[in-house]
Amino acid sequence: MALITCRDLCLAYEGKTAVKGLSFDVLSGDYLCIVGENGSGKSTLIRALLGLKKPRSGSIVYGDGLKQREIGYLPQQTPAQKDFPASVLEVVRSGCRANPFYAPSEKRRAEENMEKLGLTELRNACYRELSGGQQQRVLLARALCATRKLLLLDEPVTGLDPTVSAELYRILRELNGEGVSIVMVTHDVDCAIERAKKILHLRTVPLFFGRAEDYRLSEIGRSFMEGRPAEGGEKA
Amino acid sequence: MSILREMLSYAFLVRALVVGVLVSLCAALLGVPLVLKRYSMIGDGLSHVGFGALAVAAALNAAPLSVAIPVVVAAAFLLLRLSSSGRIRGDAAIAVISTGSLALGVIVLSVTTGMNTETGNYLFGSILAMSDSDVRLSLGITAAVLLLFVIFYNPIFAVTFDETFARATGARAGAYNALLSLLTALTVVVGMRMMGALLISGLVIFPALSAMRLCRRFRHVIICASAVSVACFAAGTVASYALAIPTGASVVCVNILVLLCCFGAGRLKERGS
Repeated sequence: MALITCRDLCLAYEGKTAVKGLSFDVLSGDYLCIVGENGSGKSTLIRALLGLKKPRSGSIVYGDGLKQREIGYLPQQTPAQKDFPASVLEVVRSGCRANPFYAPSEKRRAEENMEKLGLTELRNACYRELSGGQQQRVLLARALCATRKLLLLDEPVTGLDPTVSAELYRILRELNGEGVSIVMVTHDVDCAIERAKKILHLRTVPLFFGRAEDYRLSEIGRSFMEGRPAEGGEKA
Repeated sequence: MSILREMLSYAFLVRALVVGVLVSLCAALLGVPLVLKRYSMIGDGLSHVGFGALAVAAALNAAPLSVAIPVVVAAAFLLLRLSSSGRIRGDAAIAVISTGSLALGVIVLSVTTGMNTETGNYLFGSILAMSDSDVRLSLGITAAVLLLFVIFYNPIFAVTFDETFARATGARAGAYNALLSLLTALTVVVGMRMMGALLISGLVIFPALSAMRLCRRFRHVIICASAVSVACFAAGTVASYALAIPTGASVVCVNILVLLCCFGAGRLKERGS
């Protein structure tokens, strides 16, 4: 059974149709990149997958032991977070389940994830004083506290320089190798094709869903990589 | 020392000090998440609504708190709804409601009692306004705020830092926001008659800002803001007594001085590190 099964999904944002006729699955071990221009419904789809947005019609089913609450989400940073006074440890732990206190097992998990992402020495550092790449690693460690199965990343390399982006992609590949499924929304279609196993190209309707190497050869994939507007689909 | 002893010999001043210290503590605790969530002006908006409610209560000859509490709590929930529905942005919603109620309050006062010292007391506060029932109410609110922060500290941090992530992982962000708004509304209503409708929001905003300059962890910010707030209130009240100036304004000025010092200290710390 798939981790996530979407069938004939239709999503609306402020009364306008953002996504329609979307069916796709996320399987265990997948590395799926969702690409598309601005306004193609990517962000709305993320909100729906997280359960923050009710579908207008169609269904999203979680299976294979995945619960909706157990998706590890790496959001785009808000301006408010950039000057937030908090230590790395405080931020990472906030990904753990609080009931309302953290159980010892949850605290241990936070330590393990900091270790995994090389943050142990930064545990008492102030989040707002870290570099962009370090901040992303902190948020990734927090996301790993919330999940063992699926990471959902929203434009994770925006604003990062190439070396730092490459480092983040390396970490994601490692995690994927350890069995964490990855769903990433990105503008960077070249990187997506290079690293992902599957591609979903969205422009309100799904233009392509399949293996990355098939996407590279497809008409829609080629035209998107060259920056030409793709045929078909609908303007959002 | 002799000034303090002199102050404590007046029963009304002791009441005012008790209520003020408790209200300062609550306002600082609630202020940290509000300021960090870019929601600083909610205290200001609610206090203006409180002014309108007090004016109406005076016109109806009703007990001030029995009118002000339900009205301000209702306004807090309305603001929360407006800003989350996205039709009016949070800051604009607050401005609309606060100027609206200020205007209503002024009209009601001018056609009933007329503009007099009473009006001035509502706007700028009066140290004489605190009664025994205010002391009891402020004790109750402080207990609720402290309990909230001790028990639900972790979810409050999660929701303040990243509401979307917190919601996605199953935190009831809506409930925490509602609770914060409710307690802010109550704190503002109790504090505003002493501090003044135009000045009470200073207690919510300044200590949080000062603490954020000095501290680098959320837990330390919370503790530091509470300490700064209580100390500024005490210093401000003593200064107001010694210099015979209005209490609310004096407390806000002490807070501003402390904020400036914290800015300076923060700068020095940055340069040193």
